Amino acid sequence: MTHEHAPHIIGYGKLTAVWLALLALTVLTVWITRLDLGVNRVWGALAIASAKSGLVIAFFMHMKYEGWLLRWLLFVALLTLAIFIGFTFFDVLYR
Amino acid sequence: MNHAVHKDYAGAKLGMWLFLFTELLLFGGLFLLYAAYLSRYPHEFTAGGRELDVVFGTANTVILLTSSLLAAMAVTAIQRDARGRTMLLLGGTVLCAALFMLIKYLEWSAKIRHGIYPNSPGLAAGPPGESVFFSLYYLTTGLHGMHVLVGGALLTWVASRVRSGAIHGGDYVLLENGALYWHLVDLIWIFIFPLYYLIL
Repeated sequence: MTHEHAPHIIGYGKLTAVWLALLALTVLTVWITRLDLGVNRVWGALAIASAKSGLVIAFFMHMKYEGWLLRWLLFVALLTLAIFIGFTFFDVLYR
Repeated sequence: MNHAVHKDYAGAKLGMWLFLFTELLLFGGLFLLYAAYLSRYPHEFTAGGRELDVVFGTANTVILLTSSLLAAMAVTAIQRDARGRTMLLLGGTVLCAALFMLIKYLEWSAKIRHGIYPNSPGLAAGPPGESVFFSLYYLTTGLHGMHVLVGGALLTWVASRVRSGAIHGGDYVLLENGALYWHLVDLIWIFIFPLYYLIL
């Protein structure tokens, strides 16, 4: 046996519900980027993309049911990415 | 004498997640370049973005989201030891991957026919911002496309292991890790789509 505890199994129904939510968010993001919102279009689209990735990571990739180690490592990786991009812009924006 | 093979489910999964974090930072670097150059060449990026087809982009998004659903379902299927269903679901995932690459081929060949490719005469004569945009486009979608091909090949191999019985309800971390890699491919496209096809 490769694992001691019974693995958490996500049912087909739940996975399909997540997929439908992802499709709805896709429709939403295409729609709001057709509107004339100026720069808010960018933040809106990125916010929806983040929500979509949250769903994929939590349910399709099972992260919601994983232990603290994997969750913390994910947080560290995302934080690193945020610093990577954010701090670069401290420079880029003021050139 | 047969030695019991030491299996480490948690370790194997941790290893794949650590690799996925490196992939996040790899594509993160390309997104950083996009952000930096968008702020420098906003007009050229907008002009370049207009050359991309929203219909193709949306279709590819739906295809990849569906492929992720099928891959996630394949994990559920193997956990329930439904071998035939697992292989069907993996087959569906790989089919979606092929569809994605077909659309990618249509997009790229249309652009190349119109003289839009890195260092083409048209781009070389045009404003530098447009060259930067299309270089980033080809680099990012190209690297992503390579990941789609690798993921498709990986899942095909995983399906063959399911068929042979090497992967089953008691030992399926190979499938789970293959599916994780596939979800990353989907995740990256979830950001490529709005950045290149929608907001410009």
